[in-house]
Amino acid sequence: MSEGVKFYQIGSRAVGNRLLDESLRTGQASPDRQNTLNSGHRACQGCGEALGARYVVDAAFRAAKGKLIAVNGTGCLEVFSTPYPESSWQLPWLHSLFANAASVASGVAAALKATGRDDIRVLAQGGDGATVDIGLAAVSGMFERNDDVLYVCYDNQAYMNTGVQRSGATPPAARTATTEAVGPRPGNLFGAGKDMPRIAMAHEISYVATATVAELHDLEAKVEKAMSLRGARYLHVLVPCPLGWGSAPADTIRLARLAQRSGLFPVYEAENGEVTSTLPIRGQVPVEDYLRPQKRFAHLFGDRPDTEVLSRLQLLADRNIARFGLLPEEVH
Amino acid sequence: MRQQVEGSRAIAQAVAWCRPAVVPAYPITPQTHIVEAVGAMAKEGTLSPCEYLTVESEFSAMSAAIGASATGARTYTATASQGLLFMAEALYNAAGLGLPIVMTVANRAIGAPINIWNDHSDSMSQRDAGWVQLYAEDNQAAVGLHVVAFRLAEELSVPVMVCVDGFVLTHAFEPIELPGQELVDAYLPPYHPRQLLDPEEPVTIGAMVGPEAFTEVRYLAHHQLLQANDRFPALAGEYAAVSGQRLSALSAYAVEGARTVVVALGSVCGTIKDAVDELDASIGVLALTLYRPFPAAAVRAALSGADHVIVLERAFAPGAGGVVSADVRAALAGLPARVSTVVAGLGGRAVTKASVQTLLAQAEEGRLGELSFLDLRTDLVDRELGRRDDVHRTGPHASHLLRETGVPSTRIG
Amino acid sequence: MLDVRFHGRGGQGVVTAAELLSVAAFVDGHESQAFPSFGSERMGAPVVSFCRISDVAIRVREPVTQPDAVVVLDASLLHQVDLFAGLSPTGYVLINSVRTLPELGIEELVDRHDADRLVTLPATDLARQHLGRPLPNISLLGAFAALTGAVSLGSIATAVRQRFGSDVAELNVAAARAAYTIVKEARRAPAG
Repeated sequence: MSEGVKFYQIGSRAVGNRLLDESLRTGQASPDRQNTLNSGHRACQGCGEALGARYVVDAAFRAAKGKLIAVNGTGCLEVFSTPYPESSWQLPWLHSLFANAASVASGVAAALKATGRDDIRVLAQGGDGATVDIGLAAVSGMFERNDDVLYVCYDNQAYMNTGVQRSGATPPAARTATTEAVGPRPGNLFGAGKDMPRIAMAHEISYVATATVAELHDLEAKVEKAMSLRGARYLHVLVPCPLGWGSAPADTIRLARLAQRSGLFPVYEAENGEVTSTLPIRGQVPVEDYLRPQKRFAHLFGDRPDTEVLSRLQLLADRNIARFGLLPEEVH
Repeated sequence: MRQQVEGSRAIAQAVAWCRPAVVPAYPITPQTHIVEAVGAMAKEGTLSPCEYLTVESEFSAMSAAIGASATGARTYTATASQGLLFMAEALYNAAGLGLPIVMTVANRAIGAPINIWNDHSDSMSQRDAGWVQLYAEDNQAAVGLHVVAFRLAEELSVPVMVCVDGFVLTHAFEPIELPGQELVDAYLPPYHPRQLLDPEEPVTIGAMVGPEAFTEVRYLAHHQLLQANDRFPALAGEYAAVSGQRLSALSAYAVEGARTVVVALGSVCGTIKDAVDELDASIGVLALTLYRPFPAAAVRAALSGADHVIVLERAFAPGAGGVVSADVRAALAGLPARVSTVVAGLGGRAVTKASVQTLLAQAEEGRLGELSFLDLRTDLVDRELGRRDDVHRTGPHASHLLRETGVPSTRIG
Repeated sequence: MLDVRFHGRGGQGVVTAAELLSVAAFVDGHESQAFPSFGSERMGAPVVSFCRISDVAIRVREPVTQPDAVVVLDASLLHQVDLFAGLSPTGYVLINSVRTLPELGIEELVDRHDADRLVTLPATDLARQHLGRPLPNISLLGAFAALTGAVSLGSIATAVRQRFGSDVAELNVAAARAAYTIVKEARRAPAG
């Protein structure tokens, strides 16, 4: 962990951008960085979750001055980071089951408190399936009890690890293995989709935020903010999955940015149930720009585009924009 | 101190003296008095430091226990019946991870049909989850078993389930010699984990294990569980030395020289002993306390002189027969003894001295079959089977049977 | 061994009565066991509880089907439930009622049992008087002590004081003592 990291990418937005003052670069830009999620894991090329997790856990680790325990639910992150007998994790890490990361983390936090070690902080991680479906009761319980855990959901919008099946976070019209692009209404149905960040806000916990892997400073800052607070906190990160979304591995960050700029994935912070900040949309794009590069929406395009579904998706985006006030005020 | 006290209260007190640092709690009849009592002690500070977590399900309770135990906290919870099933996945997880959690199972039947009364179907359904299973014959034993359970769990890194008959023991008042804080402290040292989530020495717990190593990992778990065959008696012996309370993997009552021996687990053993005492026959009772690991060698030794072994079970395997009987039969392989299975007291039906004496008389006369159900109302069964032959839309299974038995509240036994 | 069975309705303290009787017996130096016939926690539903008192360790766990004493906290159960099933011919019966045995319409009980051992007592009224609440259970324990001699009034008082806060405990003890006195005096008087 003490070997310096060499960068061959010059001027990228993510790492080592020489145009930025050093103090403004992300922690990942430092050649002396030590990653809690080390290289050698088995994630796919372009995996948004691997990128997001590295930033999140490193930021949490820094904020906790190295005293951090991570609890992971079953899923892509857990599987690709711990291919027996190897592990990518450089911090204490526990994986129990699919549905229980939140409960296990509650237990860890309780043990730290009972044994006088609550200077050590607790991070729980899970994918969208683990968080909004099978583990929802556990997450809600943790929120309701205000257990001292930061829960981070890496949302790639389907059960990716098991072969891209629909979850409660899968967006309308998306193709998955259980919502195939066939029949009179191809892809996932409308009306589907749990708005987990707003469910978290309804519990009035101290901090809820959404983020994407397109704005890594923003992501780090939100983790730092969350770690400055105690009690139950929730972070929901959009992490494109090239395999499941049918997108190019090189497009991961770009797609995350387009999701935010279309309005389909609003980025904001909330405290105690009230929205406190939003990431404004700079250069709004129509939803098509975001959807087109993804094969999971290919059935909406082609010779006869499904204009009805596309306009319904645009309405969803517009509603988010209105609800969160995502377009900056007109400058007069 | 000897006190006349409710079983649940005594158990809660014993557990509190063991100084659990984290207690996740979710209510289910009939364990509620236990977790309530522990909760009160944690809240008023007599049990401290202790984080009492009111979780949102039994699955969450065992999950929180897993997290707490892996973080170095002595951890306890309690459940029964449906709750035990709801946490089934986590039971296997806890055992597989080698976490020394102690849990009370207030034995209760599993539905459908829903039933809140005592039998062993819940713990028997999880007998292969990798936990040590101990069955208390009375509340005195229940108290001692919980204290020994923490020692055993932490020594072997195996979780331990202490099974206590729901209602029959949990809600019964009887005289109990309670050990007290000093005695428990002398017997049970602080918890020193074999694995620990610790930023100073990071480890990865719960990684996937593939075909190349899974068999070995599971074999080691089996090996650990088998150690309890020696370690439980040894640790129980140490407890006896400080407390005067004797506990053993199994206890033989009038077995020496007996031609017939009844094997049973839990509170029913007391009734069987009373029944046997009144009969002028050579009948003994073998009460099993340790059920997992199955103390096969000790069972074989105890039953080696018997002609007829009657296993009186509080659960059964539908479509197959006995549960405990299968283990007993295997332990007696090659010996000439005949083994009969009697399924008794399902869903809380009282196992009476009179019924036991009737069954033993049948046994003496050679009229006890290989598998029988004690006090089975064959008239009701036959009538229902006849009805099913006549009518296709028979409706819910239970409804017609209850119509025949009358309003439950007018019955005593 | 003395096998006692309590009958009443949820909310009348049937379960507590059996428990406190077992504690009283323990205080007197006996072995004892108490447990309810378990059911859902519902006010007004018929409830049964059991207590065994012995001088040797009690191992049996079955419900009391051959009681040596039956205590009835709610006389409205009399013609609904077979309260006296299995009662020994020399058994004791204690019924919470303002009415006499003939008025209750259970003459056959009187015919089959020792009249000396059958008592009715207005325990609810006593409870209202001493506690301000219609909870007859502790009064009936006092009466039980007088009727059977199986436990002492003093040990009932001890059991009550262990269970309840001081004010409530003393009121209950007073009710038990009053019931005890009534039964003792009635038995001294010639049968009428």
